[in-house]
Amino acid sequence: MEIFSNLALGFGVALSPFTLMLAVAGCFLGTIIGALPGLGPSNGVAILIPITFTLGLDATSALVLMTSVYYGAMYGGRISSILLNIPGDEPALMTTLDGYPMAKAGRAGDALVLSGVASFVGALLATIGLMFLAPTLARVAFFFGPAEYFALYLLAFCTLGGMASNNQAKAALAACIGLGIAMIGVDSSSGLPRMTGGNLHLYDGIDFLVAIVGLFAIAEVFFFIESHGAGSSIGVKLEKVTIPWKDIFDTRWTMVRSSCVGFIAGILPGAGASLGSFLAYMTEKSIAGEKGGFGTGVPKGIAAPEAGNNAAAGGALVPMLTLGVPGSGTTAVLLALLMTLNITPGPTLFTERPEVVWGLIASLLIANFVLLLMNVPMVKIFVKILMVPPWILLPGVTMISFVGIYSLSGSYFDLLLMVGFGALGYFLRKLDVPTVPVILGILLGGNMEDALRRAMTLSDGDVTYLFSSPIAVGLWIAAIAGFVAPMFLRGVLRKPPAITD
Amino acid sequence: MPSDRILGLVALMTAVAFLAAATQIQTNFFSGEYLPKLFPIMIGAVAAIASLVIIFKPDPDPDWPRANTFAALGFAVIVLVGYAYALKPLGFLIPTAIAAGLLSYQISPRPGPAAMSGVGLSVGLFVLFKFILGLGLFAFPKGWIG
Repeated sequence: MEIFSNLALGFGVALSPFTLMLAVAGCFLGTIIGALPGLGPSNGVAILIPITFTLGLDATSALVLMTSVYYGAMYGGRISSILLNIPGDEPALMTTLDGYPMAKAGRAGDALVLSGVASFVGALLATIGLMFLAPTLARVAFFFGPAEYFALYLLAFCTLGGMASNNQAKAALAACIGLGIAMIGVDSSSGLPRMTGGNLHLYDGIDFLVAIVGLFAIAEVFFFIESHGAGSSIGVKLEKVTIPWKDIFDTRWTMVRSSCVGFIAGILPGAGASLGSFLAYMTEKSIAGEKGGFGTGVPKGIAAPEAGNNAAAGGALVPMLTLGVPGSGTTAVLLALLMTLNITPGPTLFTERPEVVWGLIASLLIANFVLLLMNVPMVKIFVKILMVPPWILLPGVTMISFVGIYSLSGSYFDLLLMVGFGALGYFLRKLDVPTVPVILGILLGGNMEDALRRAMTLSDGDVTYLFSSPIAVGLWIAAIAGFVAPMFLRGVLRKPPAITD
Repeated sequence: MPSDRILGLVALMTAVAFLAAATQIQTNFFSGEYLPKLFPIMIGAVAAIASLVIIFKPDPDPDWPRANTFAALGFAVIVLVGYAYALKPLGFLIPTAIAAGLLSYQISPRPGPAAMSGVGLSVGLFVLFKFILGLGLFAFPKGWIG
């Protein structure tokens, strides 16, 4: 079996003491990042990238650290959902629906343990799915030419805009902002500057890390200043933590079903973990029917979104690794990390750098077990950390962001740009313009334009070349459907309202 | 309604300016006549269409903060810009303590804890970055150390 020899290679890389230590540190940091409201996974990973970079870690170690943080954040998001009724990150939104009522009924410990186990099942099944599916998809990706890649990038923007936002026009505008920013800098083919307005600082283009940290971390500070950090105190008591074996056993099929749903949602380029947890919750709710009592604090209502969200996190790695197209905001940030490390994701990654891919997969498996151990017996530690007040946390995050970006280039201009992106992020989020397409645009703009240019050069400027293969046509149809369909489905797909006290 | 119309208008003007700049992109023999312009023009066009849709089909207004909150946000931006300029010439400790303290005060307006968290964060992060992570930061302005 090829898979086993590959896995052996992966564990050979991942089981060194140093890598193991990184995985444990990453899981711990990630859980904290996920748990703290206002410090989501994409945000947290983005702040850590420049710091990893200056630590001088090699590609595999950096990747292990960051993916452990990523998986950890997916676990951590549930803690504040359950205890504070505030999702620690967006995918954990669905966990508040049943998690908070269960905690209020005096079963906070049970809810935390059950959701931890559900997270474990989701993430484990998704990692196994990733192991089998990614190499196959990588083989298919060899048939992708420039026309197919252009259509694929378009699909990512369309599904992201369609699923993850409330207004298609605003999502399209956000993607254009990102793509437009990606055009700034020296053009690769002519060697002449474009869109720089003559500013020498802009000749190298705008670093996506500056944009990511600005749009996510700095914008968050502005939101906290606006709200004065209201609503982030613990309202629920956490007594003794025991393991609710019966609930875990009763929800076993829910976990498996939700993992499958979440994994598939995660694979869709651009859709991501929020969709995964949403679909998993809704599926289980309709299976359980009226008598299921979803929304009142039932175990299945906690297990479903957590398994779905963690499975989607694993699924989102599939398109990112095989095609270079991220499936969510956080995987977009991970893609940025790969690019910074000079690793080009795509089908060739599996043949040329197998130690990176399989080392990553092995460390995901390890991270998962570490996270289960951390999140069940040690959950109280994370609950303590949740009590850090926002007036210490947010200035701290800001200062770490500044130092991180400053250590990238040592230029005050990048810091100014970052503050600018923070202000932009504040206004965009206020006006309900999604910011993830902006990030995706900055990241993918260069590649998308390259694909278009190569297509146009190959075909001598013939536009029909873009639709010349069945794969390309299929992707175009999927892209248009993904963009248009949610307009009609919005009534059906409405998110259930959050529980209020 | 008006918020979205303003957003659409600003976006439309930016898109038109972007389009105008795109047609002026310099090309040479290596790049061909239209390739460097093609994608920027497509982006500008899509952005312009999206802006028009936003202008004609605006969403309801968000809850904008009151004027004094806006002033606080503006002040935060000024603090951060000042911090960006001060970090290199003045060293890490003093600008960080001031900026972190001011931000902390803005989130929770109590002078004592805010000053404490400013100084604490400044010293704590310096130790973390300099001695644990090994970044090349300077604690004080270079002139002080001599």
